[in-house]
Amino acid sequence: MLKIRNLDAGYGKLRVLKNISLHVDGGEIVTMIGANGAGKTTLLSTVIGLVSASSGEIIFRDHDRTKEAAQKIVAAGCVLVPEGRQVFATMSVEENLILGGYVLQKNRGKRAVDKELGHQYELFPVLKERKAQLAGTLSGGEQQMLAMGRALMSRPRLVMMDEPSTGLAPLVVRDIFRVIVRLRDEGNTVLLVEQNARAALAIADRGYVLETGKIIVQGPAEDLLANRDVQRAYLGREKIE
Amino acid sequence: MYWEPERECMPREDLEQLQLERLQSTLYRVGTHVPFYKKKFAELKINFEDIRSLDDLRRLPFTVKQDLRDNYPYGLFAVPLRDVVRVHSSSGTTGLATVVGYSRNDIKNWSNLVARVLTGAGVTRDDVIQIAFGYGLFTGGFGLHYGAERLGASVIPISAGNTKRQIQIMQDFKTTALVCTPSYALIIADTMMEMGVNPNGLSLRYGLFGAEPWSEAMRHEINEKLGIRATDNYGLSEVMGPGVAGECEQCNGLHINEDHFLLEVVDPETLEPVEPGEVGELVITTLTKEAFPMIRYRTRDLTRLIPEPCACGRTLMRMQRVMGRSDDMLIIKGVNVFPVQIEKVLFEIEGTQPHYQIIVERENHSDKATVLVEVNESIFFDEMKKQRQMVDHIKARLSSELGIGVAVKLVEEKTLERSLGKSQRVIDKRSI
Repeated sequence: MLKIRNLDAGYGKLRVLKNISLHVDGGEIVTMIGANGAGKTTLLSTVIGLVSASSGEIIFRDHDRTKEAAQKIVAAGCVLVPEGRQVFATMSVEENLILGGYVLQKNRGKRAVDKELGHQYELFPVLKERKAQLAGTLSGGEQQMLAMGRALMSRPRLVMMDEPSTGLAPLVVRDIFRVIVRLRDEGNTVLLVEQNARAALAIADRGYVLETGKIIVQGPAEDLLANRDVQRAYLGREKIE
Repeated sequence: MYWEPERECMPREDLEQLQLERLQSTLYRVGTHVPFYKKKFAELKINFEDIRSLDDLRRLPFTVKQDLRDNYPYGLFAVPLRDVVRVHSSSGTTGLATVVGYSRNDIKNWSNLVARVLTGAGVTRDDVIQIAFGYGLFTGGFGLHYGAERLGASVIPISAGNTKRQIQIMQDFKTTALVCTPSYALIIADTMMEMGVNPNGLSLRYGLFGAEPWSEAMRHEINEKLGIRATDNYGLSEVMGPGVAGECEQCNGLHINEDHFLLEVVDPETLEPVEPGEVGELVITTLTKEAFPMIRYRTRDLTRLIPEPCACGRTLMRMQRVMGRSDDMLIIKGVNVFPVQIEKVLFEIEGTQPHYQIIVERENHSDKATVLVEVNESIFFDEMKKQRQMVDHIKARLSSELGIGVAVKLVEEKTLERSLGKSQRVIDKRSI
């Protein structure tokens, strides 16, 4: 589904990503974990087309989209649930969701959007409860769900999530991550970028660890959980087995 | 039958993507945690960020056996010793032994890859596997054992030796798969005949053989005499152990587990890659090893890659069975022996000259090694007892150093051939 080879990207003279290679296959949850400043958001921004790659390739659904504009990449089926949710605060929950269905409406018409709306309300009952409410007045967890729902409205092939756990209470994180697992079980593909390594590796199939712009280790999630370096740096106290 | 179809039959471009990703993080690992590689990369001004394709691998330096010897015991480990859950070693005393280590994930991967090789040979969890490889510091015994357990088969960890008992157990325990060296398989077949045991009465169906070179003719003989399908498998402790490659049911080349090992074939003189399909020396880079990663390890094994797709459907490339060495290493009774080890022992013993020859023959499918040692004339005028003592002493020292028993013959000074160039140290009379 997504193949990245030798990606270099950054902001002006600042090189953030250095020779990044990774892939995401259909139907899996792949997580990229790393500390603040590692380059996780830059990676997602580069894939979605908001940041230009200085070299390397991004191949999404068999097409080289390294130089493509963001709207084309979204139209091709790749969406981003951004860091900090970024819902449209002055619009209602339903309006936010409908906006997410923009591409769908263009391609399939309003009926498809209504159907998809129903599906999102089924996935996120709390959004249905609050559909007329202004998005800015929702709690953190609810906003996260709204951001996810909005991204899913376009029936994307690949959902990229930037630190969905940020600023949320542990129980809320658990609920959000349950939804992500459900998405995978329903056949969606997720690239999950996270600082909360433990929660991310618990649900992911595979993971990559990003450190100062370089991928330093990767593998099946359970191998990363058992990897001593990962444990020491990202999972807190060493587990005694 | 595949163990991991999504890997064994993956499209080549997906495989190459996986290899690239794994190579990049392996380079990071060695460049950061292994002083030997860190230094080498710095000397050659190699930045891992410059490695952008599998072809860029050629810019990296080779690793040779001497590097492992120089860093005895733990110098090349990429993780702290407390994260190493297993240590294996070759024979040889300090200075000549090589030591390898495995993390928990390494053991997991190793078991998985051996399970793949077993499955390719036709073995399943319903089989009863008799492992007649030595259990100990050699990787053969434990390597096959853990893979067989991972597969879910019933494992008989009988180890090597005591052939009559092997056969007894084969009958009583209803062994269906035999794992050992090919020459030992023939020894078992001969002993069965002596014992009057009919191989057709056994449950034996498969044989997985390795650790020494063997020919198609030998395979044929084994298949006939034991009533099995014999397959070849390949590995070396320096990159993992058994499980690097194995034959499928086509018995026509060994599928290499390329998602874990990157293989190159180079000319042993120029060290340049050979044309696809040409014979050369196998060079291996590990892609997933954590505790003991290897970059471009020169195996000294000569082989060729078989690029044509295999009828079994696996996309993992095949290599031909190993056809020889590009150095002077011998494999005697499944054990790696370097002539330099013999030199080392002789230098330490008084009365010997530094001139020797090792003659290797095969008698009744068993390897027999005789070391001819030049000694001072005076020995021959001494009592027989003294000569006997010297022979026994040399035998004992050699046996301890090499890990196998050898016969020793004392010869007069200057009777062994001298040459201006490389002396003819090794006379290998075996033809497989």
